[in-house]
Amino acid sequence: MTTVLTASSREAYRDTLLAAMPLDDRLVCLDSDTGLFLGKDFGTAADRYLNLGIAEQNLLGAAAGLARCGRIPFVNTMATFASTRALETVKIDLSYAHLPVRIAATHSGLSAGNLGPTHHSLEDLAIMRLLPGMTVLVPADAAATVALFEQCRDLPGPVYLRLDRVPTPTLPVDLPPIQIGRAQPLRQGSDLLLVCCGPYPVQLAVQAAELLAARGIEAAVLNMHTVKPLDEQALAGSEAPVVTIEEHWRTGGLGSAVAEALAETGRRVLRVGVPDRFVSMAGDQRFLLERSGITAESIEHAALRALGR
Amino acid sequence: MTELMAYPATTAPPGLQAGSGPSVAATDDLAERAIRVRERIIEMCAGSTGGHLGGSMSLVEILLVLYFDVLRMDPDAPADPARDLLLLSKGHGVLCLYAVLAERGFLPAASLADYGRPGGPFMAHPNPALPGVEMPSGALGHGLPIGVGAALDARLSGSDRRVVVVLGDGELQEGSVWEAAMAASSLKLSGLTAVVDRNRLQITGTTESVIGLEPLEERWRAFGWTVRAVDGHDPGELREALTVPPELDRPTVVLARTTKGRGLPYVEDRLVSHFAKLGERERRRALAAVRTGSRP
Repeated sequence: MTTVLTASSREAYRDTLLAAMPLDDRLVCLDSDTGLFLGKDFGTAADRYLNLGIAEQNLLGAAAGLARCGRIPFVNTMATFASTRALETVKIDLSYAHLPVRIAATHSGLSAGNLGPTHHSLEDLAIMRLLPGMTVLVPADAAATVALFEQCRDLPGPVYLRLDRVPTPTLPVDLPPIQIGRAQPLRQGSDLLLVCCGPYPVQLAVQAAELLAARGIEAAVLNMHTVKPLDEQALAGSEAPVVTIEEHWRTGGLGSAVAEALAETGRRVLRVGVPDRFVSMAGDQRFLLERSGITAESIEHAALRALGR
Repeated sequence: MTELMAYPATTAPPGLQAGSGPSVAATDDLAERAIRVRERIIEMCAGSTGGHLGGSMSLVEILLVLYFDVLRMDPDAPADPARDLLLLSKGHGVLCLYAVLAERGFLPAASLADYGRPGGPFMAHPNPALPGVEMPSGALGHGLPIGVGAALDARLSGSDRRVVVVLGDGELQEGSVWEAAMAASSLKLSGLTAVVDRNRLQITGTTESVIGLEPLEERWRAFGWTVRAVDGHDPGELREALTVPPELDRPTVVLARTTKGRGLPYVEDRLVSHFAKLGERERRRALAAVRTGSRP
């Protein structure tokens, strides 16, 4: 696994928002006592930073009210609080009302590590992608976070931006530019298609593709940073079996979205994700991923099964 | 940040500014409107789907006073960015909202006949696609947090926009209401007003027999709000409570004592009024009751 850890996506988000706020009066930063902005200076935008405390229903509801009046609120909370505790508010006041609130959902997947299942978020992609009009973004590194932040700013509806807690590996800088709704091809190959999202799944998919290449199997890799709307076009145009990789329960997330999209085509889809149980043990993000079977080797095995080998 | 907003005198008709007391002419006018609104609620409950009768009837004077005497809005420009904002958090009071929006000119009165028609926009909870409906509601406990955000925007913008959230009393059992109540006072949102339709009944019994709300005035005060308790069927008292400028740095809650099913003496204060689908005989009886037995 790549070991160059630069910035976490949540720090990239924080710094981008800090720079953007003074230049755009519409932006409001609503915090929920996360500490992400502790000691940070919003400059002339200081009055548009509001810490609404530990009350996520009010947090998301207030964001809807601000958006209803023409603001673009960026809401900082943990992924699991946005997608489960405050879900009804997100469903009705953001999705149904179709308001431009941006949820900056930190601590996604297993990135809360040691904090345990109360703070892990292995359900959020399933929940958020169900909601009509929601754009679901999963940047794989800090640079992608910055790009997606800028691109989502003027979208008319709500956005779920899935962020990590701790630094994660960075992708090479010479990749095709990232664009909301368009999968980013990371590798070409005609035998197999690996579809992934998020920092570790993307890194691991690329590593698995290299392992497969050593066996003479050429796998394409797609970084599906936009889980909704899903780039179904990028999935079409090939008969190759598909393996999905995500830091999420195997049910409901990226793998399910891809399987739904391909269900009527007869293509084989295998899903690599966290098994259907809580990851209730100590350990950091990388340790918990390995213990959950999200490794380059497990992707390689899934790929071989998908190819009937 | 802007200074504490001052409400322009134009929020109330001449003679009705704070402390001037109700005007007889305006009260009479409103009494006639109240009868019409109740008739429309009855007609909608006599349609194919029925509707939330009791909690709509208890709201009539509250919404009429807000829409006619308090809030700045223009039916010809329902999206005017300078308008005041009314959020009906107790979305099941929608029949009253539809009827008052028609009375105020946001909706053609004839369009209410469309209530419940399959495929039509008139659902049993507020449809944000309709002019004058600011947000969807129906699931309880959503309005006050939204109101906090809207009031924050007004303050950030230096606008004197008023934000009024109308809540049911049973709704106060939702925790999100109190999250927002805490935030509103902590943020000193004096531009935010909550109105509680205190009809004392929820589906299965009195609020006090389910999960008690009392002492309600003390609870709101403890959360940092100015409390004004009024007779929610007295337009003069409502008007005064809703037009007196807020206390410095404090949001205001108007606790409006109301009667569920108001206007229909034979169901008033009874659980049976919560939801009704009126047959022809019941419809006629109800129309006669609000026309002949109405109290202003």
